[in-house]
Amino acid sequence: MNRKRVVITGLGAVTPVGVGITETFDALVENRCGIGRIQAFDPGRFTSQIAGEVLEINVKDSVPKGYRKATKVMARDIVLAVTAAYHAVKDAKLKTRCLVDRGDVEGEVDIDPTRFGANIGAGLICADLNELAGALASAADRRDAPADRGFSLEKWGREGMNNLTPLWLLKFLPNMLACHVTIVHDCQAPSNTITCGEASSHLAIGEAFRTIERGAADICICGGAESKVNPMGLMRQSLLGRLVTDSNDNPTRACRPFDVDRTGAVVGEGAGLIILEEYEHAKARGAAIYAELVGFGASVNASHWLEPQADGRGQALAMSKALADAGVSADDIELINAAGVGTKAHDASEAAAIRSVFGQRGSTVPVLATKGAIGVNGAGSGAIDLAVTVMAMHRGVIPPSLNTNQVDPECGLNVVHGDPIDSRAEWVMSTAGALSGGQTAAVVLRRCVE
Amino acid sequence: MSRRRVVVTGMGWITPLGRDLEATWQRILNADCGIAETTIFDARTFPTQFSAEVKDFALSDFISPEEYELHKGVSRQASFALAAAKLAWADAKLDGAATLNKSMFGVYLGGGEGPLDFDHFATAAVEGWKYEDNTLDTRRWAEVASELLRKIVEAEQDPNMAAGHIAQMFGLEGPNFNTLTACAASTQAIGEAMNMIRRGDADMMISGGCHSMIHPLGVTGFNRLTALSTRNDSCKTASRPFDRTRDGFVLGEGAGMLILEELEHAKARGARIYAEVVGFGSTADAFRITDIHEDGRGGIAAMSTALADAGMTPQDIHYISAHGTGTKENDKIETLAIKRILGDRAKNVPVSSVKSMMGHLIAAAGACELITCILAIRDNVLPPTINYEHPDPDCDLDYVPNKKRETPVHTCLSNSFGFGGQNDTLVVTEFAEGG
Repeated sequence: MNRKRVVITGLGAVTPVGVGITETFDALVENRCGIGRIQAFDPGRFTSQIAGEVLEINVKDSVPKGYRKATKVMARDIVLAVTAAYHAVKDAKLKTRCLVDRGDVEGEVDIDPTRFGANIGAGLICADLNELAGALASAADRRDAPADRGFSLEKWGREGMNNLTPLWLLKFLPNMLACHVTIVHDCQAPSNTITCGEASSHLAIGEAFRTIERGAADICICGGAESKVNPMGLMRQSLLGRLVTDSNDNPTRACRPFDVDRTGAVVGEGAGLIILEEYEHAKARGAAIYAELVGFGASVNASHWLEPQADGRGQALAMSKALADAGVSADDIELINAAGVGTKAHDASEAAAIRSVFGQRGSTVPVLATKGAIGVNGAGSGAIDLAVTVMAMHRGVIPPSLNTNQVDPECGLNVVHGDPIDSRAEWVMSTAGALSGGQTAAVVLRRCVE
Repeated sequence: MSRRRVVVTGMGWITPLGRDLEATWQRILNADCGIAETTIFDARTFPTQFSAEVKDFALSDFISPEEYELHKGVSRQASFALAAAKLAWADAKLDGAATLNKSMFGVYLGGGEGPLDFDHFATAAVEGWKYEDNTLDTRRWAEVASELLRKIVEAEQDPNMAAGHIAQMFGLEGPNFNTLTACAASTQAIGEAMNMIRRGDADMMISGGCHSMIHPLGVTGFNRLTALSTRNDSCKTASRPFDRTRDGFVLGEGAGMLILEELEHAKARGARIYAEVVGFGSTADAFRITDIHEDGRGGIAAMSTALADAGMTPQDIHYISAHGTGTKENDKIETLAIKRILGDRAKNVPVSSVKSMMGHLIAAAGACELITCILAIRDNVLPPTINYEHPDPDCDLDYVPNKKRETPVHTCLSNSFGFGGQNDTLVVTEFAEGG
């Protein structure tokens, strides 16, 4: 069967270091850090009190006027996704319903909505704790003796639940990211919501790649978004013992990917959405092409459902599958984008996977890692990484990994750190893995050639 | 080049009507109802006080003590998933099949999120709430929450955990995905898994779904949306898809798992072939977050895409397993969409909803319903829509009312439509050499 070629024609990123891919990329090249003490709530009693936060966005700037009311039922994750989607379609110069309605572009919608799909990775969206706690507190019995005080399920069912807005549930369903994005931009073709932690973006992009490759859509907006910068998200990660707890006074130095002194991950929030497009379709509309997506592979990398395999076997398998799919060997790859979340176990596992696939070259191929500057952005992580990697190919510059001062010899990778370096890489790989559950994936990109 | 064909070689489910494949199927054909007063929590003051629960379930009945130890602490829904996967695995006779290439054997689930640790969560919320100024003291909240909440229970709420557990239990190293497109999730999972096998990204997949939203906040969420039936005085008749007096769906829970396998692979190992999955369509309404498009645009597109993918026409369809939730809007618009797809034949093609008997299993619904389609093909008998008493002028199809029907069944179409305008349709057909 004749497989269609799939290219990247738009990048949208909303990260702790910038809104927009150019802003994000420039900040990374300049070694700027987006991690600080948490502003969204008082983190005083949490073991880790820092995060990569996106401080200044207004989602109303990313939707048509008539849709502003709907932003009231958007959880933070949805806000991030809708904002990144706006940036992605704008970057791709697509005249979507949103951009036309807003008057951002001249003329009419020029996309067939039935050939425009969406595949957006999402996390376990945390309920807005202020809203939910307030409602729950209204169902507490406060009149009796102290011993009887507390939440009353009986009262909750009778009246307390009515303090939640009728549409409450719709704020937190994971597929609401794709739902809002598809409404705003009018994408009616195949749609999906992958929920596999930090692997979500890569899996969503890989699946969107297949969708276009087999001819089921011409364009797909894909990637992921998530925020763990809320009390429940931070609490969950704290309980799992993966977070940096020794750097509350020094947040910009906290996350140290692949560094010999790394002590854990930092939570973050963000979104990455990418426009994938069938090659002839992109050419016909004169789109600027960033890169071609040529390979995808997926597997599982878990020794236990909460821990990665020490030898990175699953992640290596995903990488090997992506290489085989692309029809290239590891020797052709000149840049690797690794997740590098900053925990002892995950970075060691990922490094072992890279070494096992790349052999001796594993210690010399430049590795691009972003988490030192932006933290772990959950389901959005992978697409942010991928967008940054595509920019690195496009600009010919690899941004350094912030806070990687001395690469752990046991990792044995050439992690770019300190100053940015020039690169003319033609074949590039990007990989990611879910911190819990083990899902892992890799994609291979190529500088676009006729 | 002709494309690789995908067949079903094993099935397993954990449902409100039972867990044994054949016995549960018989209960469905006998028009049994799995709905009763909710016992998982005390729902007596809730607007909806009943649900379709999985009763007397213990994961240890399905897996070895060693496996149980390894997966200790799994959420309710992931334990349903593991049990159903074990049943499907055994049904496909994969125990002792030494030649399986595990790197080409993946998992694609529509797995829901695990239930919130509600009691502890509520206690922390109340403790942290400052009634004086109606704000949350996150410091106090964190102190209480870090004492009460437990690592494993929290980790298990991630929706990808069930897929991870299954991969680990069987050592499956192929692609591992979880989708959570609300009520459409497991239909979507099976469709995407089929595409993976077709393309050659895997030879075998465990695919299906699992979910349990029968917990205080799950019921709260759906009650606030007024999506649930509130027929508390007569819960056995509460789930009444397509009936004029329907007033919402009934929440169920469970898991359905299928072993999907590339045809030549299945033949080479002498596997029993239940049916062939031949078509899949996925679309978005792109309309409103709360309402289905009034013309059924997305559902029509999903069904027509699935038919085109199968290389079939509406003439080939013998039965439609409806999404048929029992909400006013869904049943009306789904009927409209089916009529648009089938045209003149609409009134001659039976349509039914097993949700009338087992409730709505949310993310797991599509997988369990596809299993009923496959058993319908095997046995040439259609499951009924029970509680059908009052014809609705807006719902004027043949819904196989109240009693099973024996009739030749070769090809079925199965619909799942999710909140947020996510539409998925599968086409499954009797297996025949030469297609």
